[in-house]
Amino acid sequence: MLEKVVQLALNGLMAGAVLAVPAIGLTMIYAVVRFVNFSVAAHMAVGAYAGYVLNAWLGLPASAAVAGAFVTAGIIGIATDHLGLRPLRGKSALTIAIASIALNLMIESVLRFFFGGSPRDYASPLRRDWVFSFLHVGPQEVENVIIALVAMTLLLLFMVLTITGKAMRAVADNPLLADSKGIDPDRMARLAIGVGMGFAGIGGMLVGLDTSVDPLVGFRAILSVFAAAVVGGLGSIPGAVVGGLAIGLAEELSLLAFPATYKAAVGFLGILLILTLRPRGLLGVRA
Amino acid sequence: MINYLIAMATFGAIYAILALALNVMWGMAGMVNLGIVGFYACGAYISALLTVNAHAPIALGLAAAMAGTAVTAAFVTLGITRLRDDYLAIVTLGFAEVVRIVAENEIWLTRGTDGISGIPQPLKAMLGSDFNVAYLIFCLVVLLSLLLLLERVRRSPFGRALRAIREDAQVAAFAGKDVLKFKVKAFAIGGALAGLAGALYAHYSSYIVPEIFVPLLTINIFLALTAGGVGNNFGAALGAFLVVFFLESTRFLVGVIPWITAEQLAALREFFVGLGLLVILVFRPRGLLPEPRPQLVD
Repeated sequence: MLEKVVQLALNGLMAGAVLAVPAIGLTMIYAVVRFVNFSVAAHMAVGAYAGYVLNAWLGLPASAAVAGAFVTAGIIGIATDHLGLRPLRGKSALTIAIASIALNLMIESVLRFFFGGSPRDYASPLRRDWVFSFLHVGPQEVENVIIALVAMTLLLLFMVLTITGKAMRAVADNPLLADSKGIDPDRMARLAIGVGMGFAGIGGMLVGLDTSVDPLVGFRAILSVFAAAVVGGLGSIPGAVVGGLAIGLAEELSLLAFPATYKAAVGFLGILLILTLRPRGLLGVRA
Repeated sequence: MINYLIAMATFGAIYAILALALNVMWGMAGMVNLGIVGFYACGAYISALLTVNAHAPIALGLAAAMAGTAVTAAFVTLGITRLRDDYLAIVTLGFAEVVRIVAENEIWLTRGTDGISGIPQPLKAMLGSDFNVAYLIFCLVVLLSLLLLLERVRRSPFGRALRAIREDAQVAAFAGKDVLKFKVKAFAIGGALAGLAGALYAHYSSYIVPEIFVPLLTINIFLALTAGGVGNNFGAALGAFLVVFFLESTRFLVGVIPWITAEQLAALREFFVGLGLLVILVFRPRGLLPEPRPQLVD
């Protein structure tokens, strides 16, 4: 029993590290533009397909294809936001959120148009699990966790060390004050959306590596991604990491009591619990 | 062909009832509900289970679907009423997914992904081939009565209070309105209507399965309501018929454009649903039939 718990906890932490990546994307965009962007799901799929093309068609290793997933999803994120959502800035956050759902559907259907709806597999070889006494660890999962950690570390360095990163944190903290200091809010919004959707793209590819790629690869995960961001505190990047780990852990541990198909409901319960007990989230600043 | 048109019109009426339900919640009370398909599924399953497993009469199934979904909706509201708009969107979306997951997994009750078949169709034995026309007329009568009823609700003090809460809940509370009670009532009414729509669908198609109740349906209803005019009951109905007309008429393009597969056509159709919603939100957010301006009381 204890061995099973330890195994599930390990799986949960690894899944959580991967889940944290798109959650960071969502929370980062929210921090700067202040609306919940549902099209994160479609951008996860965009990243997954970009990675798939580079990996399965052009033969790049998965770790290199991830960079392509980041760039493609980031560029498409900026472009679609500019065309679709920017005209709505200034309207209520809810209107823009609904518009982002429409955008999400459009992007997913473009992917479905060109790639079809059936799942596709990356060119990753099937490898035997590593076994440490009673613990089983999949090499692909370990690789995914490493990719996630590298991406998060790079983001941390960017946010802490560069002037642009500092400016972005300033906008997230107090848009009016940042504006009066001469920080261009539009530029910061574009940057946050580019990097945020890029992270969604990486997250989508990591989910795809673990399972397979189809246009709904992001949408199926979106409840968990939202849960991670909300539990951690919408708008807080460290919160998204903590929230991702918490939701990943809870989803795996739920297997002790419930069939695997109910895993998707765990995120929903997590959202309800945190909004009832601590609406601003674990590390959030404001409700 | 005429049979196809009748089926299309029936779906239009069912969509219109769903759009009316969303209009009570979102249009009148200003509470977004991205989980409307979850309430629709609730109603369909309640009526189907009662009439198939317990052999209850269909009228009882419809009534139970409305009551059961209204109670569910009221409970959901109690859990979410203090939430901000964007959280409300996330939680209601999650609610619909959870309903679908439960329907897929509690096989002892819902028969899982096999679905429930053999749901009785009212007076089918007596009507025979006239069933489809009769059912369409029945749905249209229900729709028309709901339209008239909801128009009365909209003009009533209750409707005014909902609009006040929509515009500014704090001011409404300050004016002595019990905001929570109004919100719960609005969600319960909307829930009852969505449940009724679900039950009407179940007894029409005679077969339901969890995969019918996907989030795409919610988006279609949002498109219907925004296109028709958020806050306007007639707009909601008009928008629903337009959306069904668009979805169904484009089915025939598969033979017309030779190089396009059925799946690509389905993708294109979804693309235009999204594009339509986005374009309306940007260029004509009040829809085809804008909400009537409130009459000032002398």
